[in-house]
Amino acid sequence: MSKKIHVTTTLNGESVEFLCEARQSLLEVLRETLRLTGAKEGCNNGNCGACTVMLNGVPVNSCLVLAAEVEGAPIETVEGLASHGHLHPIQKCFLEGAALQCGVCTPGFLVAAKALLDKNPEPSEHEIRFNLANNLCRCTGYDKIVRAVQAAARELRTARAAGSVPAGTAGPTAY
Amino acid sequence: MAHTDELYLGKTDYQVLGGRPVRHDGTDKVTGKALYAADIQLPNLAHGKMVRSPHAHARIKAIDASEALKIPGVFAVVTSEDFPDLSDKFALMGEAGQVNLTYLAANCLAKGKVLYKGHAVAAVAAASVHIAEEAAARIRVEYEVLPSVTWVLDAMKEGAPLLHEGLRTDTMGKTGDQPTNVAVHLQFEKGNIAEGFRQADVVVEREFRTASVHQGYIEPHAAVAMWNEDNRLKIWSATQGSFNCRQQVAELLQIPVSQCLVVPCEIGGGFGGKIAVYLEPVAALLSRKCSRPVKMVMQRNEVFEGTGPTPGSFVRVKLGATQDGRLVAGEAFLAYDCGAFPGGMIGPGCMCVFSCYDLPNARVDGYDVCDNKPKTQAYRAPGATQAAFACEQVIDELAERLGIDPIEFRLRNAAKEGTRRVDGPVYPRVGLVECLQAAKTSDHWKSPLSGPNRGRGIAAGFWFNIGGASSCSASVNDDGIVSLVEGSTDIGGTRTSVAMQLAETLGIAAEDVRPQVADTDSVGYTFLTGGSRVTFATGLAAYKLGLDLQEQMKQRAAAIWDCDPASVRVDHGVYSHDGHSLTFKQLAAQIAQNQLDPVVGRASAAPEGSTNTFGVHIADVEVDPETGKVTVLRYTAIQDAGKAVHPSYVEGQMQGGAVQGIGWALNEEYFFDNQDRMRNASFLDYRMPTCLDVPMIETIIVEVPNPTHPYGVRGAGETPIVAPPATIANAIHRAVGVRMQELPMAPPALWKALSRQR
Repeated sequence: MSKKIHVTTTLNGESVEFLCEARQSLLEVLRETLRLTGAKEGCNNGNCGACTVMLNGVPVNSCLVLAAEVEGAPIETVEGLASHGHLHPIQKCFLEGAALQCGVCTPGFLVAAKALLDKNPEPSEHEIRFNLANNLCRCTGYDKIVRAVQAAARELRTARAAGSVPAGTAGPTAY
Repeated sequence: MAHTDELYLGKTDYQVLGGRPVRHDGTDKVTGKALYAADIQLPNLAHGKMVRSPHAHARIKAIDASEALKIPGVFAVVTSEDFPDLSDKFALMGEAGQVNLTYLAANCLAKGKVLYKGHAVAAVAAASVHIAEEAAARIRVEYEVLPSVTWVLDAMKEGAPLLHEGLRTDTMGKTGDQPTNVAVHLQFEKGNIAEGFRQADVVVEREFRTASVHQGYIEPHAAVAMWNEDNRLKIWSATQGSFNCRQQVAELLQIPVSQCLVVPCEIGGGFGGKIAVYLEPVAALLSRKCSRPVKMVMQRNEVFEGTGPTPGSFVRVKLGATQDGRLVAGEAFLAYDCGAFPGGMIGPGCMCVFSCYDLPNARVDGYDVCDNKPKTQAYRAPGATQAAFACEQVIDELAERLGIDPIEFRLRNAAKEGTRRVDGPVYPRVGLVECLQAAKTSDHWKSPLSGPNRGRGIAAGFWFNIGGASSCSASVNDDGIVSLVEGSTDIGGTRTSVAMQLAETLGIAAEDVRPQVADTDSVGYTFLTGGSRVTFATGLAAYKLGLDLQEQMKQRAAAIWDCDPASVRVDHGVYSHDGHSLTFKQLAAQIAQNQLDPVVGRASAAPEGSTNTFGVHIADVEVDPETGKVTVLRYTAIQDAGKAVHPSYVEGQMQGGAVQGIGWALNEEYFFDNQDRMRNASFLDYRMPTCLDVPMIETIIVEVPNPTHPYGVRGAGETPIVAPPATIANAIHRAVGVRMQELPMAPPALWKALSRQR
């Protein structure tokens, strides 16, 4: 067996270190080594988005990133979206808008949607569809997902206008 | 199929049904806490990996695992030899009917021959998934490659490569005497078609072909098996039916069902493709051999190459109508492939081809045909979409030829209460007419559509709901919250749609019921999640459970008030007698304080026969004449839900089914090379719709109560996928004048059709 590589970084705002083999993906290490199973493996070749996490503030398919590459690069996963006992507005809007059925694509969509709203607080329907097109959902037909992201964008804008940062939006890329 | 009892209560005002509570398992699923089978971790866990065939059809001459077993960290290898002798064993398995266990085992691990590329041949368990992959690559399998076939009509020809030397055609119970790939020939007839066609002023006959498509669930198959030294087997699985999984595994391993425990995990989509077992029995064999729990998770290419596509099909439909727009006769020929083993979707295909219409004279011939593809599995209204693609286009053409509006033509001939379907059953109250009327008055249908290369199509679809057994139990907690235990695996929110029916019956809030899906040792037998049955059949069990709990609550109230239980009145969850009154929660607290017997209820139901769900879809498309690409501009799905328990989930089923149907219509197909190997086994090359490919899906829920459910509920899950390909084909015809007779209507196919027209 090959020699293991030591990696230090932050995961959902907390420092973390792990050992990995050169061939292990970030997704595998998140799920098997760090036991964060929120990110899902749907295809293992970058085509379904179920494993989407934020790396250096950018959404990536964690199945296409080698774990050994993330030294010093902050990682955020679906497990870091809610904080202090409160759901992030995107999570809340997915629930209230029935934007999930089987739920296996949901973690990827939530992370991708947060990445979009972090950089574009008022996306058009087309911009939402364009930015979420890396994520496959087979259950919903996307309608309620797009509407949930629209609702979350409205909620975040309202909160920002009121000067209050909604619960659950802490983290390196919080607005 | 006999009609079941009239159970509909005729209620019009509901406290809970029709509301949109947040699903009980929702928070787990938006926070990454929900546990799917691939998330299961156990001490001392080994990882299993399949060895799969690179050939579409070949004899297995030898399997040599000696090199693999030398690798450190490799624990065990299994092949078909590790299954017990199952020759000539059959098992009765719910809607699948009599299942030949030899076939089922040979699909899990090939015996003698491989029958499709990706067919599992052997499996290995090792300390890590990477070691297992290395070991799998070192298991040497020697093959003698055989000729293969993957198109259904070719497989039916005399002289076609034979998959099973012993197979003979079963024609309505009579067994043929020639070797063949045709497993079954079905025939249904009503009236006199020769006489019927003589009455016709217009007759249209067309042939249609559809490619194999995959269910496309995002979660790959996954299972963990732990064979204990006391010979008890525990399985965690991504299965649509924990009891069906248990039964298949027990039969395949020849152990008593009660020796096998199946823990249903959250399931990342199934659509019919997670009913048959693939990994579970193999992981169990590996676990027995290496004395560790074994986890097996498929890669995406294994899902495409090794698990159930829906049948590729050839359908010929001939329909005749009179000048005044009355259908008088219909004839259909359907050939569906079932892949490597007999037992495909031809039955429902035959049932559904004319199911939307009141046809006085009809004949349907159907063929179930083996070829070198993975064994086909159910896919959302299995067999109906291919049939509707054919029938609904012929209906559209007839309407056009007769100069009648397509909705009007369908209304004149729509199936309704009393209509006898060609396969026999007579419809009770159904809602097709109401769906067509809703389509006619919809904003979509009334809005003008203009612009070049644009067209609007409409089509109808039908699926039935199977009944089957469901069980549930519940206990009333001191705080008045009801803990509900049910056996139906929850794929799309059925914990909530079932809990809502219990809440409605008890007169309490949906949030005051805590549903959980239990393992096979912890709840009564419950048939699988499929056939649009859970909200209907498990919902019926929940209603009966509510009555049981309510009766017990009345008895406890009577004990507190020292009166006759029959004199306790219950109204909207408030129990009262002679000036006394307690809410459900107050009564629950009183029961605890007075140390009365705890309230524990249970119910089961096994509704016979089926109920019927119709839908009508409308699509506006634009065709790019240069490329043949179709853009869906606007889409509306209309469906009779009986009573929509949770309208958001009914809409979600309609929207999800519509988009799967759009994918089937425009892009999805198994692409085979000249050696019959699937060449597009990835989400990159097997192109499912993304959110950028589709518009919002508008929905109109029609509610024509189902007479066989107390709240009028009809299953909603499957009908939405039936109409889309035909709807889009009809829209394409109106846009550019070509009749697309093949699925998918991908750019190359449409471009060719347009070129022929020029």
